[in-house]
Amino acid sequence: MRRIPISALIGLILTGGFFFVAIFAQLIAPYRMDELVGGVWDPISATHWLGTDSIGRDLLTRMIYGAQVTIFVATCATILSFVTGSVLGFIAATAGGWVDQALSRLVDLVMAIPTLILSLVILTALDVTMINLILVMGFLDSTRVFRLSRAVAVDITVMDYVEAARLRGEKQGWIIFSEVLPNALSPLVAELGLRFIFAVLFISTLSFLGLGVQPPLADWGGLVKENSAGLVYGIPAALAPAIAIAALAISVNLVADWVLSRTTSLKGGRGA
Amino acid sequence: MLDSAKPKPALLEIKNLRIEATSYPPGEPPRKVVLVDDVSVSVEQGKVLGLIGESGAGKSTIGLSAMSFGRGGVQLSGGQVMLNGRDIRTAGPSDLRALRGREVTYVAQSAAAAFNPAKRLMEQVIETSLHHKLMSRAEAEARAVELFRKLGLPNPETFGTRYPHQVSGGQLQRAMTAMALCPKPDLVIFDEPTTALDVTTQIDVLVAIKAAIRDTGVAALYITHDLAVVAQVADHILVLRGGKKVEYGTTDQIINTPQQAYTQALVSVRSIDHIEKADAAPVLSVANITARYKGTTFDVLKNVTVDLPAGQTLAVVGESGSGKSTLARVITGLLPAAQGRITFAGRTLSPDLASRSKDDLRELQMIYQMADTAMNPRQTVGTIIGRPLEFYFGLKGAAKRARIQELLDEIEMGAGFIDRYPAELSGGQKQRVCIARALAAKPKLIICDEVTSALDPLVADGILKLLLSLQAREGVAYLFITHDLATVKAIADKIAVMYRGQVVRYGSKTDVLTPPFDDYTDLLLSSVPEMKLGWLEEVLASRKMESGGN
Repeated sequence: MRRIPISALIGLILTGGFFFVAIFAQLIAPYRMDELVGGVWDPISATHWLGTDSIGRDLLTRMIYGAQVTIFVATCATILSFVTGSVLGFIAATAGGWVDQALSRLVDLVMAIPTLILSLVILTALDVTMINLILVMGFLDSTRVFRLSRAVAVDITVMDYVEAARLRGEKQGWIIFSEVLPNALSPLVAELGLRFIFAVLFISTLSFLGLGVQPPLADWGGLVKENSAGLVYGIPAALAPAIAIAALAISVNLVADWVLSRTTSLKGGRGA
Repeated sequence: MLDSAKPKPALLEIKNLRIEATSYPPGEPPRKVVLVDDVSVSVEQGKVLGLIGESGAGKSTIGLSAMSFGRGGVQLSGGQVMLNGRDIRTAGPSDLRALRGREVTYVAQSAAAAFNPAKRLMEQVIETSLHHKLMSRAEAEARAVELFRKLGLPNPETFGTRYPHQVSGGQLQRAMTAMALCPKPDLVIFDEPTTALDVTTQIDVLVAIKAAIRDTGVAALYITHDLAVVAQVADHILVLRGGKKVEYGTTDQIINTPQQAYTQALVSVRSIDHIEKADAAPVLSVANITARYKGTTFDVLKNVTVDLPAGQTLAVVGESGSGKSTLARVITGLLPAAQGRITFAGRTLSPDLASRSKDDLRELQMIYQMADTAMNPRQTVGTIIGRPLEFYFGLKGAAKRARIQELLDEIEMGAGFIDRYPAELSGGQKQRVCIARALAAKPKLIICDEVTSALDPLVADGILKLLLSLQAREGVAYLFITHDLATVKAIADKIAVMYRGQVVRYGSKTDVLTPPFDDYTDLLLSSVPEMKLGWLEEVLASRKMESGGN
C-alpha cells in the first residue's frame, strides 16, 4: 500500500465527513429543518451549537440540511457535465471533420457568454426548480469538460494503436470507449474534482443571488444570504456556511491533487 | 611534470568510473540504479575512441562524463575522470563552466532540437568562442566560415546567415560539428551524430566529420550503436553492455578478431542468408497508383506499379520522403488513391477504408515502426492479441485464451506474458506482440513499416528471423518498408527502390542488386556502411551521383 500524503489525508477525511453528513442529514440533524426553536440570532449555546438564524431556526440543523442540498446539486451537475462533455468531446476528436467543427464552434459560442449571466437569464425564464438548476449548471459546465476531453482525445487519436483499430474495422464506439477513454482517464479524474468545486461555488453564488435553491430549503449560499444582514450587528451566523463552502472546496482540491499525481505516475499515464 | 615515463600523457583518462542514478518507482521508496560500473578507458591527443553498445549500455552517459556532466538525477559517484591531467569528476561549477565549451564540446544526435530556431546559425556557432573570450568576433566568424568550407557546406561565406529551419538535416548536423570545433577544443563528444539521418546523407556527414577531425587534430569520443559506422572513424573501440565494459581494442582488432561472444554477435549481425523464392501468382498488385494528400496539389506517389507474389516479401526501399510509407497508407485505404487500381487476393480493393469488406480488412494487416505507440498502454497483451480473434472470428473465453497462448508460443514468448502490460515488455517483445496481433487475423499480407528501425541490431535480427520463419510456416506475404538495405538483403524476394514518389527500380532481389545500376540505386547501395575498415574511402572513389537531399 502506497503512503498517502498528509495533505491528501486531511482532504479525504474532510471530504468524507461532508459527504457523510450530507447523506445522513435526516438522522444527524438535532431539529427539523424548518422548526422554530428560539429567538432571532440567539448566540451559541449548549442546545444550539451554532446559535439560531434570522428567524429563530437552529443554525446547525440548517447547515446540515444545507450540506445535503449543496452537495446533491453539485454532484448531479458534475456528473451531467462530465457525461455530456466527455462523450461529445471524444466524438468530436475521433470523428473529426464537420462534426468536430460544429460541436467545437457551438461550445465556443456558449463559452463566449459569461456563465453566470447566461444562467441567470435562463433561470429567470424557467421555473427555478432543483431539476432545472442541475440541468443549467450541468450543461453550461459541460463546455469546459468538452474542451479538455477533446484536447486529450485528439492527442490519443493520432496514436498508432487507434489507427490499428481503425484498420481492423472497429466501430466509433469501440474506439472511444476501449482505446481513447482508458488513456484519457487520469486528466479527466483530476478535472472532476475541480469541476465539482466550481459547481459548489456556482450553486452558492446562484442561491446568494436568490435564483438558486428556494426557501424553505436552503443550501450554504442561501444560508449566507439569509444571515448576511446580521453581520452589520456583529452576529457571526453568516460565517458558518461561508467557512463550510471554503472548507469543502479546499478539501476536495487536496484530494484531486493527490489523485492527479498518483494516476500520472501509473503505467501509461501522462507525464512522470 | 616529474612523471616522465609517459612521454605523451592521455588527454582523457577515465578510471574505474561508476555512475549512479536515483529511480523513483511509483509507490516504492526511491532506490539507486547503477548505470555505469567500473569502466576505465583513455583517449590520446588526436585519437578517436568509439563507444558502442545497444540502448541502455551507458555509452551516452560515459560520453557526457567526459565533461563531468550527468543528465537529470545522474551522479558520477566513483572513480576518476582525468582531463588534461586533472580530475574533473569532483570539480566545482565554476571550473566546469570554464572547461565545458573550451576544452570539451558536444555534438548531439538531433541537431534540429539542439539549435535555437530564433537565432541565425553563425550566432550560435561562434557563441562559445565569444563567451570564453577565446577570440574576437571577426576571428571567430572567419574560423566558422573556414569550418563550414571544410565540412563541405554550400556557400560557406553566407551559410551562417541562415536560420536552422532553412537548411537540411544533414547540413544542420554539420553546422553543429562546426559549432563544436569552433572554440578549438581538445576533445569533442559526438553522440550518435548520424543516427537520425538518411543513409545517403549519413555518408556525407560521416566524411565531413572524419575530415574535420583529421584536419583539426582534435580528439573525439564517437558514440553510436552502429559498429559499421564507428569502424570508419574510430582508432579504438570500447564495446559496452549494461554499463559494463565488454571489450576494448583497436578498431582493426574489434572488427576482424573480436574476442568476446557479444562482440562477435555484433560484428556478424545481419548475416541472415535468405534465398529468394521463385516467382508466383501475385497476392497484391498495385497498378499505376497516383496519390496526393488532401488539400495539396503535389503527387506524393507517381504512377507506382508493383506486384507482390503470395507468400513472399516485397521490400520497398528509399530514403525519407520517397513515398514508401504513403504507399502503405494507400494500400491500407487510409489515404485513398487519386488514380490507379489495387488488386488484393483476386479482388479489386476499394480505395477507401470505410467501404472495404471485413475480409479485406482481416487479410491485410499492418505492423508499425514504434511498437510503443502501436499498442494501447492500458490493455494487457491478452487483450491486444485477443481483440482481433474476437472481432474477426468471434472467439470467446477459454477458446480465445488458448489461441492467444498459441500465438504467443509462435512469437517465441512463453506463458506469463498474457496478463502483462506493454510497459512491462522490452522493445523486442513489444514488436513481437504486434506481430502476434497481426497474425491473429490470419492475414494473407502484412505490411511492415520500418519494423526493425527502432530496435537494437541484435534484437532486430531476432525479429527478422521470426518473420522469416512465420512466413515459411503460415505462407503470409510481407510488404516490407525500410530504409535499411542490410535488412532488405536479409528478407526480400522482390525489391522496389523508390525515389521522390516513383519506383526507379523493381524486380527480384538478385536483379535489383546486380549491376548495372541506375544512378540512384548505386548511390543508395553504396551508402550502406559495411563492417570493414577503409570502406568509406573506397565508396567515395567509386560514386556516380552526389546525394541530393543532404
